[in-house]
Amino acid sequence: MALDPSYLEYPHRSYGMDHDRYDWSMLADRKPVAWPDGKRLALWVNVSLQYFPLNQSGKPFAPVAGMTTAYPDLRHYTLREYGNRVGIFRCLQAFDRYDVKPTFAVSARLAERYPYLIKKLVARGDEIIAHGWHMDAPHFGGQDQAEEATLVKKSLQTLREATGQPVTGWLSPSKSQSSNTPELLVENGVEYMCDWINDELPYNFRTSAGDITAMPLSTELEDRFIMHANLHSESEYADQIKDAFDYLYAEAGDQGGRMLALSIHPWMLGQPHRIGKLEEVLAHITSQDGVWSASAGDIRTAWQAAQ
Amino acid sequence: MKEDPGLYDYWPYENRPKITWPNGARVAFWVAPNIEFYELDPAVNPHRKAWPRPVPDISGYGTRDYGNRVGHMRMMRTLDKYGVRGSISLSTALCDHHPEIIQMCKERDWEFFSHGIYNTRYTYGMSEDQERAMIEDAVETIHKHTGQDCSGYLAPALTHSDITMDLFAEAGGIYTCDLFHDDQPTPVHVRSGKKFISVPYSLEMNDTIVYVVNKIEPRRYGEMIKANFDRLYEEGKDNGVVMCIPLHGYQVSHPHRIKAFEEALEYITGHSDVWVTTGREIAEYYIENCYDEAVADITAKGAA
Repeated sequence: MALDPSYLEYPHRSYGMDHDRYDWSMLADRKPVAWPDGKRLALWVNVSLQYFPLNQSGKPFAPVAGMTTAYPDLRHYTLREYGNRVGIFRCLQAFDRYDVKPTFAVSARLAERYPYLIKKLVARGDEIIAHGWHMDAPHFGGQDQAEEATLVKKSLQTLREATGQPVTGWLSPSKSQSSNTPELLVENGVEYMCDWINDELPYNFRTSAGDITAMPLSTELEDRFIMHANLHSESEYADQIKDAFDYLYAEAGDQGGRMLALSIHPWMLGQPHRIGKLEEVLAHITSQDGVWSASAGDIRTAWQAAQ
Repeated sequence: MKEDPGLYDYWPYENRPKITWPNGARVAFWVAPNIEFYELDPAVNPHRKAWPRPVPDISGYGTRDYGNRVGHMRMMRTLDKYGVRGSISLSTALCDHHPEIIQMCKERDWEFFSHGIYNTRYTYGMSEDQERAMIEDAVETIHKHTGQDCSGYLAPALTHSDITMDLFAEAGGIYTCDLFHDDQPTPVHVRSGKKFISVPYSLEMNDTIVYVVNKIEPRRYGEMIKANFDRLYEEGKDNGVVMCIPLHGYQVSHPHRIKAFEEALEYITGHSDVWVTTGREIAEYYIENCYDEAVADITAKGAA
């Protein structure tokens, strides 16, 4: 018994990362970031508006929070639809009540299907970023390049037409990428992507088509992750987000600007028994003067200016 | 395959020879930060997949990379505050990739021990020569970059063979963290007959097991740590015990988790009869002061 000898060879064992996408650096070692008006913490509330097709193929892996039963999975289809019909309007009220500026990551297929909702968001003046074609159209390693190129192009085209916005941000379905995704995004005019969760501030990411900004959208602090994957209670969700905010807000006092990236889903937090916890969290965060609630694009711009 | 790993004998917790830790401490308390490097596109091991999604699995990779970019410094500041020196379970390739982290640990006189080369290279399927080469590589790397002799071992990604302990003992190691059978150190059989022991490294207190496997809430983790400590501190009056908290920068250092952990650390280090130490110091003390008596007791009870 033995493994192939190459298993004990380590071709990337040298300084920095084992790839050339970004430089190795520790958050605490970087030049402190100053947010506009001397604010300590940038609050990025990212609302995913997702379309999960009933005829899910689940290839090469099932979308996070997708269909789970045999066809037709009316149960999960409609639970996710609830967010786009009902939950979103509760979320919007909560944002307005606490003067929080959300960013919406939208499945392009949703924009085609529900123009009312898109018009509503556009009229509010909120930033819309692309969330892929739909949740069952993942980007993944080994994907046919032409197929993926078409997916990126038609997603952005559809959303740009539907919103009239330049749409310069991107969140992949299930935060999954192929090795070509960053190049395709740059080639299609995307300036930042939210899929890499290895940091708490934006950082520069290299592609063969030019640089793009990585905007880490925390999975650990996501409503779906805490309540749906970990099955923690609504109260626990609120406690965890408040603890995270308190810690980052204090750390920002010593080390320079911090970013709290909250990924939320109206199908999760928009339920009547959960919306109060979103309100509780937003009330807690916005009670501090040093909080800057901004869109993802504005946070990226401010971060770039601080470099 | 064997029915029993053959690494230790059954040895009941009651009526053992008394362990008295330095200064009469009841609990030897150590914290083991796992400082790991996961590869984006590792060589394929036919016995275990590195990532659930096709390469690049940026969620899995990014989760771990967060530990080095963000988590490590946050954890280090917290341990510094309570005078705790870490005993690092190290992916030794990190010496090459991220020497800044190694330097900060050296400045604090933290212990380095082997957790393999990368946490994406598994022992499964290796020949004896290959596993020996991997172990020797790690031992040499630690010595070259830190000047320390590698005393402890936690197999990479907890992947073992039947002879892992034998090989590590032959490479100069004196303790393993891979066995979870006890709250005290215990002798471990190795084929060379060297004095080699298990130092308790609690998987139950391990933040990755807590957060990823058991999906525990952060504040509850803090309560679990305190409860674990309270009982060991009580029992340690009669016979010294070990408490370990294994950590990962990509788990406990998230902003919604670190405060609850810090409160537990403050609680433990606020007790007088706690020996705040490292894995190596526990192992050396035990081998020097307790090992022979333990072996005699185990032998006598086995014969009885």
